[in-house]
Amino acid sequence: MVNGTSHPEPHGELRLPARSDGLKPAEQQILSELERLDFDDSARFAVRLATEEALANALIHGNNEDPNRTIHVRWWVEPNAVTIEIQDEGEGFDPSSVPDPTAEENIELPSGRGIMLMRSFMSEVEFIPPGNCVRMTYRIDSPGPAASS
Amino acid sequence: MTSAASRLRVAERDGITCVEFIDRNILDEANIQRIGEEIGQLIDAQPQPRLLISFQNVDHLSSAALGTLITINNKIKSKDGQLRLADIDPQIYEIFVITKLNKLFKIYKTSEEAIESFA
Repeated sequence: MVNGTSHPEPHGELRLPARSDGLKPAEQQILSELERLDFDDSARFAVRLATEEALANALIHGNNEDPNRTIHVRWWVEPNAVTIEIQDEGEGFDPSSVPDPTAEENIELPSGRGIMLMRSFMSEVEFIPPGNCVRMTYRIDSPGPAASS
Repeated sequence: MTSAASRLRVAERDGITCVEFIDRNILDEANIQRIGEEIGQLIDAQPQPRLLISFQNVDHLSSAALGTLITINNKIKSKDGQLRLADIDPQIYEIFVITKLNKLFKIYKTSEEAIESFA
């Protein structure tokens, strides 16, 4: 999956209840895998942040915090890359419709920064239509603009 | 001020309320909400709050935590108070830079520098 469809079966997969206290296992399992593969501190920081943001979006915006809904998390790891897919049970959204949180009129709004952080810290972020599934990849040799600075 | 369930360490210094986080990770919604409520109570208790938030112990924060900081900033501004942030880890400071919130908040390298900056 990291290089297209070379690994169709994920290395890890979880179906989590849409509750804020139910999401930790995904993050923990992905991070312990990265630790095992010796991903450095900045890589783990980036992946943790992006995963946290994507899970929060799936919980709050996708699943409307409905505990009867689930969040499906899958991940693929290689020695130099990790791809994470997070899917909610919502209707999806158009990511291009999310306003720029750094614009002067939005800078004091308390929300709307999660996607920007995901794109800044990961190498690739893709929203799969209808927008209820995000696939993001971190590559050690070409991290996101924030992770490489 | 620190109770068993508090997520903050709070101290008064020269009329400035100094806040530190107990948690190293300010990520999950419930924790962030709790922190926002606790700091909100500190602001409510003062006519013109002067608040320093130190990130000395913090390894991670999320966009939800940024949202809470913005709400805190707005609340302090509405009371003509002052907010300073300090001791931010370089990786976390990068989050402020990306979101341009380093322009919105008054951020200092150390708590000492921040305390000296209060009018």
